[in-house]
Amino acid sequence: MDKIWLVIQREYLARVKKKSFLLATLITPLIFPAIMGIFVWISLGEEGSQSLRIIEVVDENKMFFLESSEQYAFSFSDIGKEDAKQMVQDGDRYGFLYIPKFDLKDPEGIVFYGEDNPSMSLIAYLENNLRKKIEDQRLFESGIDPKIINEVRTKVGIRSITLDEQGEETVNDATVNYALGFLTGILIYIFIFVYGNQIMQGVIEEKSSRIVEILVSSLKPFQLMLGKIVGIGAVGLTQFLIWVVLIGTLSTIVMGYLGMQMPQQTALEMANPELVSTMTPTSDVAEIMQVLSGIDFLGLVLSFLFYFLGGYLLYGALFAAIGSAVEAPSEAQQFMFPVTIPLIVAYMGLFVFVLNDPDSSASFWLSVIPLTSPIAMMGRVSYGVPWTDLALSMGLLIGGFLFTTWMAGKIYRIGILMHGTKPSYKLLWKWIRTSQ
Amino acid sequence: MLQIKNLNKSYGTNVALRDIDLSVSKGVIFGLLGPNGAGKTTLIRIINQIIEGDSGEIWISGERLNPSHVAKIGYLPEERGLYKKMKVWDQLMYFARLKALSHSQAKDKINYWLEKLDINNWREKKIEDLSKGMAQKVQFISTIIHEPPLLILDEPFSGFDPVNAELIKNEILELKGKGTTVILSTHRMESVELLCDQVAMINRSRKILDGTIREVKKSFRPEVYSISLADLKDPLPHEWIIKEEDGIYNFTLPLSGKTPNQLLSELMQYGEVRQFQEVVPSMEEIFIHQVKATQNG
Repeated sequence: MDKIWLVIQREYLARVKKKSFLLATLITPLIFPAIMGIFVWISLGEEGSQSLRIIEVVDENKMFFLESSEQYAFSFSDIGKEDAKQMVQDGDRYGFLYIPKFDLKDPEGIVFYGEDNPSMSLIAYLENNLRKKIEDQRLFESGIDPKIINEVRTKVGIRSITLDEQGEETVNDATVNYALGFLTGILIYIFIFVYGNQIMQGVIEEKSSRIVEILVSSLKPFQLMLGKIVGIGAVGLTQFLIWVVLIGTLSTIVMGYLGMQMPQQTALEMANPELVSTMTPTSDVAEIMQVLSGIDFLGLVLSFLFYFLGGYLLYGALFAAIGSAVEAPSEAQQFMFPVTIPLIVAYMGLFVFVLNDPDSSASFWLSVIPLTSPIAMMGRVSYGVPWTDLALSMGLLIGGFLFTTWMAGKIYRIGILMHGTKPSYKLLWKWIRTSQ
Repeated sequence: MLQIKNLNKSYGTNVALRDIDLSVSKGVIFGLLGPNGAGKTTLIRIINQIIEGDSGEIWISGERLNPSHVAKIGYLPEERGLYKKMKVWDQLMYFARLKALSHSQAKDKINYWLEKLDINNWREKKIEDLSKGMAQKVQFISTIIHEPPLLILDEPFSGFDPVNAELIKNEILELKGKGTTVILSTHRMESVELLCDQVAMINRSRKILDGTIREVKKSFRPEVYSISLADLKDPLPHEWIIKEEDGIYNFTLPLSGKTPNQLLSELMQYGEVRQFQEVVPSMEEIFIHQVKATQNG
């Protein structure tokens, strides 16, 4: 036990002391806000520098009028198609919209000519405007006053509330649950890949630099493998915790800054979600806050930590076994396949099945099979999952990682001392069978 | 110090060790000889508890081999290395702690050895920044840092430059003087003759020979004499293979059932005997002879 602890310490300190660890840990949480900041900065810059774009409208129906926006002005000079083309070619106009004479029931042949590719938003803006104009016109022709139509248009939003056996009501919003399930699932996926790879690299390093034989003369190969997996896992958790603290602090600062610019009502709601639940929600922010307050965060965090570690341990052992069987990272490719596939299945399954329908049978199986459950189950946990399913999934995951660790231990103890043999699945199977 | 009885080990259908019996006395340097693939490394790994034997017994200082012996053995494998990114000091501390030394014990020992091998100035350097010779010194220190009563060195001089090899050789002799038992596995016979008190030879998974160097050499005396004659009276028999130089005739003759004195008096009839000496085989010759013999048999 003492020796495992020594290995854990070494693996942990060797990585945490590295400059690259410090850089990655500090920079990663800044990357996302930085990227967003850059986009905001660019778009702000664009808005300022962009000159008004004039678009000529050639309307042969003499019916459409388009309102100018901040970016686009529409001119109706009553000229021909060829003249308008010439104006675009000369650079007098950004583009021109050609509306041929058409039947209102079947508007066809509308073309936008531009000096460059028009943006999606411009086309959408034009399409929306024209559609609305045509609809209004047709309603008018069939004898309905567009004013009535406008009055009748209503915005509908459905609030969804779950009712449990005790009659407790919780406001929820599938979007928020989706986002939470998505985020936690992806985090586990990335964590397993990044740190699993580190385990593999570490094992290959010890094997190829021939340190391993000295090490295993002092401790059991299984202790060495376990110490490495736990040590690297601790590095990951440390990094993760630092990120949580950093992102938490950063977002508090940003929220605080934004909060000052927010209407008082919203700020109040954000500051006091308890109060909000007794009031009728008036804004989206309040709605989200209310939903968030309805989620069992303790349960979510605890299950996240469980699947985070369980998934890491299960795959970590497999990565260690692969590392022990090969002599260089490039050789590892052939064995990566069976490890990568279930991870990708879980990842795809999270999007295709679990997040869209957490209670489907595909979601059930994905979330209980140990190879996919760490990622897939997070999608269900965020929506709320029957405790029987959760217990089954957790039990199987514990069994799963005990099994992979046991199996990896057998491959590992032989693999680390093998040099010059080209490993194959057949050979690995032989190692599993022959080692005591 | 170390007794091995009836040790067997096979990998699948491959027999690596067959009925090995060995006895190593305390405070000797024991040469474990054999060509590549003979089973030396397997034997050493079993003593180090890296792998397990299939059957047989191993005793160290009167105790059945058990996990506590790990701290009593220092092992320098043939395939060896260090963590390249780790500092000398940290590295030695790690290996010492794995051998069950306390932090403060390890500190004293590391200081002592860094000073002794003159690499104290390099303690805070990473292995990758050291010269190869420096790294080899660190490697050696890591093997003996816990002052093990039993030291197992697998091809210790391979990969060491001559200066370091000499240094390591002297350290080994010094450790022997302090009562350390050393098992030296090698196929370099010159270092065997120089260092070892006892040897055992393994070929094709079997022990084919063991004993002190003197015993081994004695049992392999081929009963051949090297002879120099001058001032020939009679011509020498033509079946003798003779090399003549400045009137001195050099050749070797087997005793062929005679006593040395009978052979000598016979030779005296031919001329003046300048030299009459028993040919003692080198360890290398015995080694090659034995390996060939077992291969043919």
